[in-house]
Amino acid sequence: MTTQLDARIPSGPLADKWTKHRAESKLVNPNNKRKFDILVVGSGLAGASAAASLAELGYHVKCFCFQDSARRAHSIAAQGGINAAKNYQNDGDSVFRLFYDTIKGGDFRSREANVYRLAEVSANIIDQCVAQGVPFAREYGGLLANRSFGGAQVSRTFYARGQTGQQLLLGAYQALSDQINMGGVKMFPRSELLDLVIVDGHAKGIVVRDLKTGEISSFPGDAVVLATGGYGNVFYLSTNARGCNVSATYRAYKRGAFFANPCYTQIHPTCIPVGGPYQSKLTLMSESLRNDGRVWVPKNKGESRRPDQIPEAERDYYLERKYPSFGNLAPRDIASRSAKEVCDEGRGVGPGGLGVYLDFAESIRRLGEQTIRERYGNLFDIYHNITGENAYQVPMRIYPAVHYTMGGLWVDYNLMSNVPGLHVLGEANFSDHGANRLGASALMQGLADGYFVIPCTIANYLATQLGKKVSPDRPEFRAVEEEVRGRVKKLLSIKGKRSATSFHQELGLLVWEQCGMARSRDGLKDALQKIGPLREEFWENLNVLGGQQELNQSLEQAGRVADFLEFAELMCLDALEREESCGGHFRVEYQTEEGEAVRNDKDFCHVTAWQYTGPDSKPVANIEPLVFENVKLAQRSYK
Amino acid sequence: MNFKLKVWRQQNENTAGQFRDYEAINIPAEASFLEMLDIVNEGLIARQEEPIAFDSDCREGICGMCSLVVNGIAHGPGKAKTTCQLYMRRFQDGETIWIEPFRAAAFPIVKDLIVDRSAFDRIIQAGGYITARTGSAPDANSIPIGKTVADLAMEAAACIGCGACAAACPNSSAMLFVAAKISHLGLLPQGQPERTSRVRNMVRTMDALGFGSCTNHYECEAVCPAEISATFISRLNRDYAVASIREGLAARG
Amino acid sequence: MPSATASPTQTKRGSSNPFIAFCQSSIGKKIIVGVTGVYLIVFITGHLLGNLEIYLGQDHVNAYAQFLQGLGPILWLERAILIAAVVIHIVVTIQLAAENRAARPQKYAHYNYQAAKPSSRTMIYSGLLVLCFVIYHLLQFTFMTTNPEYRHLEDHLHRHDVYRMMILGFQQPIISLFYAAAIFFLAAHLSHGFSSVVQTLGINNQKVSGFVSNGGRWFSWLIFAGYVSIPVSILIGLIK
Repeated sequence: MTTQLDARIPSGPLADKWTKHRAESKLVNPNNKRKFDILVVGSGLAGASAAASLAELGYHVKCFCFQDSARRAHSIAAQGGINAAKNYQNDGDSVFRLFYDTIKGGDFRSREANVYRLAEVSANIIDQCVAQGVPFAREYGGLLANRSFGGAQVSRTFYARGQTGQQLLLGAYQALSDQINMGGVKMFPRSELLDLVIVDGHAKGIVVRDLKTGEISSFPGDAVVLATGGYGNVFYLSTNARGCNVSATYRAYKRGAFFANPCYTQIHPTCIPVGGPYQSKLTLMSESLRNDGRVWVPKNKGESRRPDQIPEAERDYYLERKYPSFGNLAPRDIASRSAKEVCDEGRGVGPGGLGVYLDFAESIRRLGEQTIRERYGNLFDIYHNITGENAYQVPMRIYPAVHYTMGGLWVDYNLMSNVPGLHVLGEANFSDHGANRLGASALMQGLADGYFVIPCTIANYLATQLGKKVSPDRPEFRAVEEEVRGRVKKLLSIKGKRSATSFHQELGLLVWEQCGMARSRDGLKDALQKIGPLREEFWENLNVLGGQQELNQSLEQAGRVADFLEFAELMCLDALEREESCGGHFRVEYQTEEGEAVRNDKDFCHVTAWQYTGPDSKPVANIEPLVFENVKLAQRSYK
Repeated sequence: MNFKLKVWRQQNENTAGQFRDYEAINIPAEASFLEMLDIVNEGLIARQEEPIAFDSDCREGICGMCSLVVNGIAHGPGKAKTTCQLYMRRFQDGETIWIEPFRAAAFPIVKDLIVDRSAFDRIIQAGGYITARTGSAPDANSIPIGKTVADLAMEAAACIGCGACAAACPNSSAMLFVAAKISHLGLLPQGQPERTSRVRNMVRTMDALGFGSCTNHYECEAVCPAEISATFISRLNRDYAVASIREGLAARG
Repeated sequence: MPSATASPTQTKRGSSNPFIAFCQSSIGKKIIVGVTGVYLIVFITGHLLGNLEIYLGQDHVNAYAQFLQGLGPILWLERAILIAAVVIHIVVTIQLAAENRAARPQKYAHYNYQAAKPSSRTMIYSGLLVLCFVIYHLLQFTFMTTNPEYRHLEDHLHRHDVYRMMILGFQQPIISLFYAAAIFFLAAHLSHGFSSVVQTLGINNQKVSGFVSNGGRWFSWLIFAGYVSIPVSILIGLIK
């Protein structure tokens, strides 16, 4: 049975919705704020900014992260920058333009009202961060510098060298530290959420394992805020940190929260290729490299000559050939898919044949090595450090890798999921990027949610909860704790032969093959058939050493892989049912003759929010139609 | 490639640790140091031995989670890199490699090669921030900051908080870490109102947590993955002296 | 239940008296060592300049010595400050060294220095060796306990003949060798100490740091050359 999804979008003109909503939102009296405990899970941009801002308002906040410090959340690795509609460059930017670019970039699969609000508060984010001391790049006159990013026609990206994510996260972490010092936030590092506690239909607590001592305990709260990031590591190899996982959002899904659009995953075309089975993570190389590098593979399959020995006539500059006007600067998804195609044909280069050349020889001849060094010196250094190859002399090898996931828990305009009290922020929710995220927008969304949206909207829920504090003695807490303990015990008691890593690798390869850059009906069905047996083998043949009452990294990993093994099925199912190509979701059945994605606005202009119905039954697809009142749906073309 | 590893194993903070010998066999030269340990761990699991616990997360040199002392050098040989960016091709085939945790009284060992660096968080909590209530900020361009000052602040702000400075310092001093934050915030106009209290509280918290003092060996600077300059420590000394004088004058009324 | 990280306000913050708190803090102690160090550097330089008067002849040296003796209370004040500086320099350094040892209870089995110079790693030893020398030096030339015969040396103006005393002292090769070795340790101590003081007193920055560390080395070896030139000149007969 499907549920009617109410996104609670305020009425009125688009530009007035957020102002109107703030004016109409409920307030919690300052004396009453002290009575509320909010559990914030995750300490990245969204989690840390939310925890700090909520504590400033007077709420009691407990913040949890699995890393040893809040400062290490994976937001820290974002390089490029953060968008904001400041129009400091006088180049015609506006809130509406940022809104439109984001909606269009998301291939018309996101909610107008949410995206408009995101664009609206983007300017406040920059103000807030500068006040905190984030050292954004500046002009000689002392004012803020901007750059154009990800093909945007205006310069609206603020940046701090190549470490924008780090600097923004440190700003939020420092605000959080301030509140920890003031007593408004209690911080729990090395603590992993293992389940959500639902009391009378409301999210009222979490069960956490202290990763240092292994102790499992529950924390009651008046509201739960999940800011636990994306699920890119379902593919095993991705540009995400090793610890990134789906467990928090997936556990919430199993407790009733709807998981929206899990098939929307973003692939980045320029990463350093996989070197071998030992590889533990993929490293992103800036896309700017494609400005001066030419992408090619040998024309012959199974080419064994060194690249410099392959004559021009036997090289295939496939992007220039297929997309003459865009050439090597073809959009991310097209560049990624084309690389996969040539590798599938057996023309890939490097170990395992999963790579294509990005050749700077011509640019070096034309511009001189010095110019290339000035433009990309640090990237060539990173490449050299990882691969041991000198890209000034031999072509770089690149291959696409999973980078970001647009899908996530379904939330309404208040960022609350369908489970009352459960709020979801940042990459963990599905809300703002549609089927594809624009460059420099992830940081913007995380901070918008944490600094400006949730502090206002959470009151709409909490105002209804006065005097309804749930006692930690309620049997629901004990029951979930017992369930969690049982699960941990089960993982430790299998005593099979395979490590969690080996299952994770096998799962990753499978979903990367069938639910990665290009998806097909048959491939997805194949994956869906194979995931089940792999999961069964996991629960029969897993080997986790060590005990529960201690720091046990194998156990942590096993729990995360167990969730990925279930989640992968949901992702493939969503990809199978979405019979169109849009954004990060490309179905080979739905493309033009030139290989362009074909969207189906008639049947799929909606959000699919999956509802868990039990271990052996198919989840129910709930539909939230997407209504566009302010933009016209357009089809893109790169020919 | 093959290596002989001498790895510090310790069950928890309260038990004694010791070095144990392991063989790392058939390691690709392209593997990173942590991937080499991953391979060793997979082998240990297959032999029903508990894997070696070590911290890592982003594995691209920015999160600051990895924390090994390799052959007596925090983050291993090579300049400006974290342990996760160290690759096996740097070592000789057959080489013996010593792997130890970061050692400092303020960084108690949690297990094997994992240490507890929450002392760094406490130092930041003592004042390593600019109080700026969300929503109260003026327009970002209302405070012009010269490019030179902004760039210098960014150099200091690049600290990843890994703790290698304290691990490498013969005195386990956290001065480079504290100096980086003091300089980042103290250079900026936004950081001025809290400048005195910030340096006072951060330094005294650092002392109370059991870090040593700086005797200007500059081991910290040599191993710092973010290449934070030790001259920031001089700035910290100056700021602390000025703050103490201000504090003294204020106390006299 | 997992424990939240303790708030730093729960940790000990030291005295509420600003001066005591400064003196108890690690940086405060370092600054005290630095300031006394600067005083000692000035003294060492002045003392060297005085000693170098030996090249100007007997009359100059003895007149200078008499001038110093004639300062009376000022000399005693200066001596008191000097003694205080030495004592504070040493006592505070030993306190710091003890704290630093406590900060690293478990040593590395295998440590590989990247930047620390032998001079920086041996400051406490070079300092203590210099202290031993200073005691002997005072016993020899100031209190003349080791060589009571020096007390009766007079020049033709009936001034205490410091010139002769220096020549007699350094004509013994063993004494000169011991002296040169002690000055070597002093130079090593200064080689790190000079740039260290600049850093500790907060004067160092990225523009001057190279100059400061080179300057420290030049200064210390100039001091070495200046002091050691005297026994060398006496032994080779340049000064008679």
